[in-house]
Amino acid sequence: MAEVVIDRVTKRFGDVEAAKDVSLTVPSGELVVLLGPTGAGKTTLLRLVAGLEKADAGMITIDSRDATAEPPALRDVSFVFQQYSLYPHLTVYDNLAFPLRAPARRVDEAEIKKRVERVAQLVRIDHKLANSATRLSGGEMQRVAIGRALIRRPSIYLMDEPLSSLDAKLRAELRVELKHIQVDLGATMLYVTHVQTEAITMASRIGILDHGRLVQVGTPREIYERPINSYVAARLGSPAINLLPIEALPANGAPKEAVSVGARTEHVELIPADDGPAEVVMVEHLGSENFLHLRMNNHRLVTLTPPDGQWRPGRRARLSLHQPLYFDEVGRTLATAH
Amino acid sequence: MAEIRLENLQKRFGDFTAVRASSFTIADGEFFVLLGPSGCGKTTTLRMIAGLELPSSGKILLDGDDVTFKRASQRDIGFVFQLFALYPHMNVRGNIGFPLKCQRVPRREIDERVEQVAKLLRIEHLIDRPVSGLSGGDSQRIALGRAIVRKAKAFMMDEPLGALDAEFRHLMCVELRALHDRIQATTVYVTHDQVEAMAMADRIAVMNHGVVDQIAGPQQIYDCPRTMHVAGFIGSPPMNFLRFNASLEPGAESVRLNGETIAVPALREGVVDGEMALGVRPEHVELVDEGGIRGEVFGTEYMGTMQIVTVQSKHGQVKARIPSSHRVRIREQVGLRFAKERLVVFDTVSGRALDSRLFGEASHG
Repeated sequence: MAEVVIDRVTKRFGDVEAAKDVSLTVPSGELVVLLGPTGAGKTTLLRLVAGLEKADAGMITIDSRDATAEPPALRDVSFVFQQYSLYPHLTVYDNLAFPLRAPARRVDEAEIKKRVERVAQLVRIDHKLANSATRLSGGEMQRVAIGRALIRRPSIYLMDEPLSSLDAKLRAELRVELKHIQVDLGATMLYVTHVQTEAITMASRIGILDHGRLVQVGTPREIYERPINSYVAARLGSPAINLLPIEALPANGAPKEAVSVGARTEHVELIPADDGPAEVVMVEHLGSENFLHLRMNNHRLVTLTPPDGQWRPGRRARLSLHQPLYFDEVGRTLATAH
Repeated sequence: MAEIRLENLQKRFGDFTAVRASSFTIADGEFFVLLGPSGCGKTTTLRMIAGLELPSSGKILLDGDDVTFKRASQRDIGFVFQLFALYPHMNVRGNIGFPLKCQRVPRREIDERVEQVAKLLRIEHLIDRPVSGLSGGDSQRIALGRAIVRKAKAFMMDEPLGALDAEFRHLMCVELRALHDRIQATTVYVTHDQVEAMAMADRIAVMNHGVVDQIAGPQQIYDCPRTMHVAGFIGSPPMNFLRFNASLEPGAESVRLNGETIAVPALREGVVDGEMALGVRPEHVELVDEGGIRGEVFGTEYMGTMQIVTVQSKHGQVKARIPSSHRVRIREQVGLRFAKERLVVFDTVSGRALDSRLFGEASHG
C-alpha cells in the first residue's frame, strides 16, 4: 500500500470548476472518505486519481511517484463503481480472478485459486463461486465487485459510492465488513459518498467538499465536534444540527461576533415548563430514541430524546444550551472560552 | 371518515396464498401502517381494502357497511401510489381538481377546495404552474392533493415516498404525518421501510409470508416484539439474537449461555430441548472488561455522540450502541452484559417469543 498525494489540483469542465485547488493526502493504510452533496466534485477527484480525467493544474503522486501524466493502466489503482459491472458470461470465480489473468500480470493458476478463495471468504461469497454472475442478488453482485477490486494489492483502492445500490440493511452490514477488510489488509482507500453515515462510521479521515473546494479534512470526531463552518457542521449528525439565528435561542456566553448558533442534541437541555417558549409539534419514533420536533417562535428544532413517553405533542419546554457552536456572519465557527 | 374492519380476509393467487386469514380493525382517524418485506402480502391487503383486488374469502367492513364485493369507485377511498401519475397536459390546479371534475362538482366549489388543499400542502405558489419540471417532492405533494381533495372516507397509500431519496423521504414523512394530524383521515399506508413506519404510524401491522405477525404502536413493537421476524425487521441496527440450546421452565428468571447465567424477565411458558435465541436491542448491551459473554471487537462505527460496536461472540455477532466516549479498538477482547428487564427469549423453530413479564402483567396476543 502507498501514500497518495493530491497537490493543488484543479479541474475544469467548461465554465464549471469541478475541483478547485484541492490538496489532500491519503496516508498509507488509511480510509479517506470524500463527503459532499451531488455536484460537489467528489467523483471528479476520484477519477483524477484513477487517471480517467486529466488535471488542468496541480500534481498527483502515488507512492512518491509523479503520476499526473500516467495513463490509468500504469497507476496501479483498483476502482469500484456504483454499479456492479460484472462480466455476465463469467462465473463468480472467473469474475474475481479476472484482474489477475491480465496478460501483463501473469499470475499462475494455483496462486490465482489461493487468492480468489481468500477474497471470496473476505466478502462472504465463497459458497457461490461456481454461480454465474447474473444469478446473484444485488448485494452479492456488489460483494463480487468489491472482491474483484480487493484481489489485487494496488497502491490505492478507489471506491465511488459502492454501497448506494443496496438496500438499507445490506448497506449497514457491508459498511462494517468493508471497514473490517480495509483494516485487516492495511489497505489505502479513497472512498466517495454523499451518505453521511458511511463517512462517519468508516473513515479514518473525512474530506468535506463544497462546490469543488475541499473545505475541511479531519477525523470523523474532529469534523463532528469541531467543524470549521456551518456548512461542515450540517454535513454530519442525525438529526441534523439546528442552525438558528443567535436571537432565537437563549445563548448565554456567545461571542459578540456570533450571528448564528448551531445546536446538536447534546447541546440542548429541555426543561418541561408550561409557559416555556418551545412547543412539541411531533414525536417521531426510532425505537431506541425519539426525534422530537419543536417549534419556538417561528423556528423549528429537532432533538433526540429517550423513548420514555415524557414528551407529547402540545407539551411546552424551556431550552437551555450547553456549549453549542457559534458562527459569524459568513458562517465561520467562532472560538469560545470552553 | 371511517373505521375499517377486516374479518378473516384471505387472498390466493393459484397455489400461492398472498394473505392468510387476517382479522383486524383500523380505527377511525388512525394512521395505520402495513410493514413487511416484498412479497409479504401488504400491498395485496391494501388493494383488497381499496377494492382493486377481490378477496378469496373473508369480509371487509367500511364504517360497518360490508363492502367486500363493492367496486373501488363505490367505496369512496382515495389513493396515493409510488409512481405519481400526474396529467402532463394539465397544470397543478387541474391535476388536483380532476377527481372533483369527474364527480361533476360545480366549478366554484372545485376552485375553493383545490385552494384549500394547496394551502394545506403548502403548494399555493405552484397552483397555476404546469406539472412538468416540478421536483419529485412537489409532484408527490400534488399526487397527495389529488387524493385528499375528494374528502374520501379513507386514504390508501402504497409506498408513496419510495421514489424519493433518503433525506428527502424523511422530510416528507414528517410532512405527511403533520398533514394527517390536520385532516385526521383514516389512512392505511404500505411500506417496507421500518424507519417510515416507526416515524409516522399510530399502529403498525408487521407482515411476513401473508400473515400479520403483530399489531401494536411503534414503541410497543420495538420494545416487545412477538416474533423474531418483527424483532429483526424493526430497529437500525435490528435486535441481536444470541443462539443457545436449553430446556426452560415457566417461572424461570434466567437462562444459561455457555456457562454464563443471564437474568431475563420471568418466563410464563417453558420449552423442552429448545433451540433458542436471546433477543437484545443494541442499546441494551453494555461492554465490560471482566466477565459477561466474551467476544472480540469486529468493528466500531462512530455516530457522533453514540457509536455502534460489533462484537464477534460464540453466539454470533452482537451489536452494542454505547457512548462514543468509551474507546474501543478492533480485535480487543470484551465482555457483553445485558439490561435484563429488556430481554426477549425466542424459540427459533417457531420464531415466536416465549411469553414473559416483558409483555406486561396479563398475557395477551
